[in-house]
Amino acid sequence: MEFLSRACAGGAGIDYFLQQLVNGVTLGAIYGLIAIGYTMVYGIIGMINFAHGDIYMIGAFISLVGFLLMSALGITSVPIAIAGVLLFAMIFTAVYGWTVERVAYRPLRGAPRLAPLISAIGVSIVLQNYVQLAQGARVKPLQPMVQGGFTFSPGGEFHVTISILQIMIVLLTLSLMAGFTYLIQKTPLGRAQRATEQDRTMAALLGVDVDRTISATFVIGASLAAVAGLMVTLYYGVIDFYLGFVAGIKAFTAAVLGGIGSLPGAMLGGLLIGLIEAFWSGYCSIAYKDVAVFGVLVLVLIFRPTGLLGRPEVEKV
Amino acid sequence: MLEIRDLRSGYGLIEVLQGISLRVETGEIATLIGANGAGKTTLLMTLSGQPRARNGSIVFDGKDITHTPMHNLVRLGIAHVPEGRHIFPRMTVLENLQLGAFACDPKNFADDLDFALTLFPQLESRMAQRGGTLSGGEQQMLAIGRGLMSRPRLLLLDEPSLGLAPLIVRQVFDTIRLINRERKTTILLVEQNAFQALKLSDKAYVMVNGAITLSGTGAELLGNSEVQAAYMEGGLAQTVPA
Repeated sequence: MEFLSRACAGGAGIDYFLQQLVNGVTLGAIYGLIAIGYTMVYGIIGMINFAHGDIYMIGAFISLVGFLLMSALGITSVPIAIAGVLLFAMIFTAVYGWTVERVAYRPLRGAPRLAPLISAIGVSIVLQNYVQLAQGARVKPLQPMVQGGFTFSPGGEFHVTISILQIMIVLLTLSLMAGFTYLIQKTPLGRAQRATEQDRTMAALLGVDVDRTISATFVIGASLAAVAGLMVTLYYGVIDFYLGFVAGIKAFTAAVLGGIGSLPGAMLGGLLIGLIEAFWSGYCSIAYKDVAVFGVLVLVLIFRPTGLLGRPEVEKV
Repeated sequence: MLEIRDLRSGYGLIEVLQGISLRVETGEIATLIGANGAGKTTLLMTLSGQPRARNGSIVFDGKDITHTPMHNLVRLGIAHVPEGRHIFPRMTVLENLQLGAFACDPKNFADDLDFALTLFPQLESRMAQRGGTLSGGEQQMLAIGRGLMSRPRLLLLDEPSLGLAPLIVRQVFDTIRLINRERKTTILLVEQNAFQALKLSDKAYVMVNGAITLSGTGAELLGNSEVQAAYMEGGLAQTVPA
C-alpha cells in the first residue's frame, strides 16, 4: 500500500485536472486514428494486422522526409507545408499499406488463421529493420513548427495550456473521423466493405471485387495511420524506428477496449486509452502508465470480452 | 442462352458434379429437381465460379464464362440468389437492395427499386430495418428483390421456398412466374418442392448423385411416375431412379 500511496499521490486541483484532460484527449486522438486501422482490417478479414503500428511509424518517417522536402523546395509557410506533408504522407504510407497486403497477406487468404498472423509479425520486423537500416537507429528530431497556444487558469493554481498544435490534432482527427464515417456508411465503397465483412461470397455474387475492397481497406487504414504519424512527429518532435511498437500495441488495446470490428468503438477506445494514460501519468506514476493501459486491457478481456461497443459473436441470421 | 457441357466440379477430393450437360433457352423457366446432396446447389455455385469447374464448359449468350471471376458475372447479366438467402444481416433492407445494384448504372436505381417493391410491397415498411431482423419469408423476398436490382437476363434461384410457410411459398412461386412473364427474365430454378416447381417450368431436369438422369418439359416430368414416386408427396415408396 505504501507503494500505491507513493505512486498515486499526484497533484490536486481543477487546473491540474484540466491540463491532464487536454493532454489525454490529444493522445487519444492519435491512438484512435491508429486503432481504426486495426479494427477495419479485423472486421474485413478477421486478422490482427500486427504490422499496422509499423505502418504508423513509416508514416512518421515519411512525414519527416516530407518536411525536409518542403524546406528544400523553399516552402516556408507552415500551414502550406503541413498540408503538403499531410497529403504526401497519406499517399506514400497508403502505398506501403497496399503493398504489405498484396505481398504478405493476400497469398495467405484461405490459409489457417495463424498463418497471416505470423506473416504480420514478420512484416512488422521487416519494416522496423528496414527503417533502422535506411534511417539509422538514432532518434530523428524535428524542430517545433507550430508554436503558441492559449492559457487560462480557472482554479488559480497554475496556467492550463492548450497549444495550437493540440487543437489542430483534435480538429483534424475529428474531421477525418467524420469523413471516414460518411465513407463507410453512405458511399458504395463503404457498402462494399461492410458487405465483404458480413458475407464475402454474397458480396462477390453482387459484383463486389472482394480483393480490391480488401486492398482499399488497407489503403484507408494506412493513410489514417500516416496522419497519426505526422501528428506525433509534430507533437513530440522526435521519432525513431521503434515508435510503432508500443503505440501499435496501445492502439490495438484501444480497438479491443472499444470492441474489435466496431469503428465507433475504435474511436472511443482510443480516447479512453489516451485519457487513462494521461491521468495515470498525472496522478500516479509516469513509469507505470503502460501498466495501467494494459491492466485495463486485461480487465476488459475478463469482464467484457466483446469490448464496450462490440457485438456478441452469436447473432440471429 | 445458357449451355453447360460435361461440367465437373467438387470440393477437395470429392467430385460432386460428374459431367453435367444442360441447356436453358432464352425466356424460359428451367428447373432442376433432386434429393438433398444430389449436387444442385454445387451446380449453381460452379456456374458462379466457386468451386471452380474442373472440366467442361459454361457458355452464356455465346460467351464462355467457365473461368469468369465471380464478381464479373452480374455485369454480364447473371444474378444468383443463393440457397439460405444470404441477406447482409447488419445492413438495412435499403442497403441490401443498393448492393443488389452495386454493379449497375445508378440512374436506373429508382426504377428498379420501384419494381422490387411492387413485387414485394411488404418490404416497403421495412426499408430502414436491419436485414438480420426480418422473418424468413421477408428475407427470401429481399433476396429475390436484391437479385433483380441488377436487371439480370438470367436469374439463378436456389431453393427459394426452403423453410417458408405454405402461403409464402405460393407467393414466391407466383412472383417467379411474374418476373419471367413481365421482365422476360430467363430463370434457372433449383427446388426440392418439385410439384410447385414443375408446374411453372418450361423445362426440367432431374439430378441424382451429380448427374442428370431425366429431362423433359415440366408437364412431362410432372406426369412421370418415377418422378412422382421419388420427389412428390404421396408418391409410392420406390427407389430413386438411377
